[in-house]
Amino acid sequence: MIPASHYLILAAALFTIGAFGVVVRRNAITMFMCIELMLNAVNLIFLTFARDFAQVDGQVFVFFVMTVAAAEAGVGLAIIVLLSRHTRTVDVDQADRMKW
Amino acid sequence: MLEIFPLILLFPLLGAGLNGVLGRRFPPGWIAAIGCGSVALSFLVAVGALFELVRLPAEGRSVTQSLFVWIQAGDFRADASFLLDPLSAVMILVVTGVGFLIHVYSVEYMRGEGGYYRYFSYLNLFIFMMSVLVLADNYLLMFVGWEGVGLCSYLLIGYYFETKVAGDAAKKAFVVNRIGDFGFLLGMFLLFQLFGTLSFHPLFEAAARQFPHAEVGWGVLTAACLLLFVGATGKSAQIPLYVWLPDAMAGPTPVSALIHAATMVTAGVYMIARSSALYSRAPAAMEIVAVVGVATALLAALIALAQRDIKRVLAYSTISQLGYMFVAVGVGAFSAGIFHLYTHAFFKALLFLGSGSVILALHHEQDMFKMGGLKKYLPFTWATMGIGTLAIAGIPPLAGFFSKDEILWEALVSPHGHPLLWAVGVIVAAMTAFYMARLMFLTFYGSERFKSEPAHQADHDARGHVERAENHSSPRESSWWIRLPLGILALLSIAAGFVGLPAWLGTNRFARFLEPAFSFRISEHVAEDTSGHSLEIGLTMLVVALALGGIWLAYRFYVMDPTRAARLAEAHPTLYRFVWNKFYVDEVYDTLIVRPMEAVSRVLLWQGVDVGLVDGLVNGVAAVFRRASVYVRRLQSGYARAYANWILLGAALVCLYCYFAGSL
Repeated sequence: MIPASHYLILAAALFTIGAFGVVVRRNAITMFMCIELMLNAVNLIFLTFARDFAQVDGQVFVFFVMTVAAAEAGVGLAIIVLLSRHTRTVDVDQADRMKW
Repeated sequence: MLEIFPLILLFPLLGAGLNGVLGRRFPPGWIAAIGCGSVALSFLVAVGALFELVRLPAEGRSVTQSLFVWIQAGDFRADASFLLDPLSAVMILVVTGVGFLIHVYSVEYMRGEGGYYRYFSYLNLFIFMMSVLVLADNYLLMFVGWEGVGLCSYLLIGYYFETKVAGDAAKKAFVVNRIGDFGFLLGMFLLFQLFGTLSFHPLFEAAARQFPHAEVGWGVLTAACLLLFVGATGKSAQIPLYVWLPDAMAGPTPVSALIHAATMVTAGVYMIARSSALYSRAPAAMEIVAVVGVATALLAALIALAQRDIKRVLAYSTISQLGYMFVAVGVGAFSAGIFHLYTHAFFKALLFLGSGSVILALHHEQDMFKMGGLKKYLPFTWATMGIGTLAIAGIPPLAGFFSKDEILWEALVSPHGHPLLWAVGVIVAAMTAFYMARLMFLTFYGSERFKSEPAHQADHDARGHVERAENHSSPRESSWWIRLPLGILALLSIAAGFVGLPAWLGTNRFARFLEPAFSFRISEHVAEDTSGHSLEIGLTMLVVALALGGIWLAYRFYVMDPTRAARLAEAHPTLYRFVWNKFYVDEVYDTLIVRPMEAVSRVLLWQGVDVGLVDGLVNGVAAVFRRASVYVRRLQSGYARAYANWILLGAALVCLYCYFAGSL
């Protein structure tokens, strides 16, 4: 059986890539995909421990996360579509009007 | 049967509520019927209760009826319970009886005034509150009534609230009364601290246990009594808090008759008589009560000598007569004080209502120097007011003679009495006769100084009074609504005194009836009068002679030679101005108390504490945040990626914390 540490290292790598992408990329869609990547990294951790402890709780959580991620994708994509309609761009640094 | 006496309270409360809530839609007839009817029912219950009470044996004439527990907190307990004993029976009869007559009088007097329903609602509320005051069986409930009548007094003085005078007078009465009420409250606190209860009978029993002998000098009981007396000086208009009563004449005349002559202002006398168990154990406090009483009687009588406004003369006369009552309770003659309270209620209400009749006939003219010669126009008012004047002057055999005579005699022979109290009392009696005769002579005799037909109705309507439809060329007697109460009160002013005959004429039934109510006081051995009453009779003759002399003097001054008074005033301009301006007491209070208070309020409280401290704290906190936010708000840059960075940083910090906290 593949030891848990392998999964965890993979998940950490995925999460770091996602977090890095969110911080450095300016394209809203790319950022969005990075967020999905982070979520799935977390899912992977849940599943690893669910298998290790032989408990179903972690798997149930994963379903929740996937459901919420789907909803989030719907809302987030709608926002991005509207943003592109208004500003003809999906560069998040251009959308900086909501500030002090 | 006797247990239903709290019904006395119910009817006026219902009347006040009905007229107050729905009265705006009622026709005037209904309003008057509800107003008068409720008090009439109360009066009937009170009369019935009195008859039931008299049938009981003398020692058992004390019935307590508890309606519900009002306040219960630890050791402290106050019930909404009511006490009917001879003292409260006399008071409740005066309140509802005179109150009823004045309600009837008001039906005509207030006709056509705006807010007719408001007037009757307040008046009924007053009767209710006054009934609470006199029937209460503990100090706290009494205080509720005490404050309630103060409120009604305020509302009714300010009845013509469109005029500034009435509004100011109402505020003055309220504020001055608050000062007294503060003393009353402190007195109650002290009594509770001392005896652990505020109910009358348990408290008096505790007082009798803890103070078997009268307190020597100044002790804690004296302090409690003096604090209660401060309350009495406010409510009953004694020095130094009497200044509100003359101004209270801005209210409608029936209100002056009911509240500021017959009932409310006597509450202080009642309270002290009710507390006889405490006062008789604090001779120092009694001494002060008597001295303040006699000083007030003298001062008010002096001021009354020079007033021009008919109602103001009566107001100062009321203060002076209240002074007599305080002399009586101050020398330990509690029943004499209540006796004078009871006779005074009749003849002073009569005088006020009579003056109201004159004022109405003259279209709201109150200056006596613009009256004169009214005897032939207002014969009924003249006759009844004449009876009232003779009664207050103490001419036998009218009511005032018996009560005043008893007070003066007690002031001399009581263990707490003093010849000086008696002497000043006698002088005041002569002055009373003089200024009341002056009022009569200026109003009803001499030349007609009034304008027979008001040139401009509007001039006389400063009070917002709606003029009657029928204008008469000469003053005319009012309808029987007004004459009936005058007539009944005149009869009572003649007859009321016979229940309290002096010892040389018979038995004082009134004092004997009241005796059980004062049973907790320290009994004093009064020296038997062995001279066969010759001294008492002689002194009585002297007082009557002086009163007649006062009337004769007023006759010489104001009828035989009307210019004589003016000449005398011109001869002593300073003295006259001094008296006419009421000894400048209002001005002195204004300078010594009101203005410094205003200055302190403005500089220290307003500009210092309010603007400086309170506003400073609030604004200071806001300023700190505003300054800090100049830097902090830079965080909200509008860049989504910056926010993501912050979130990441935060998450990293939390992770680090968890990592290191776990390893600790």
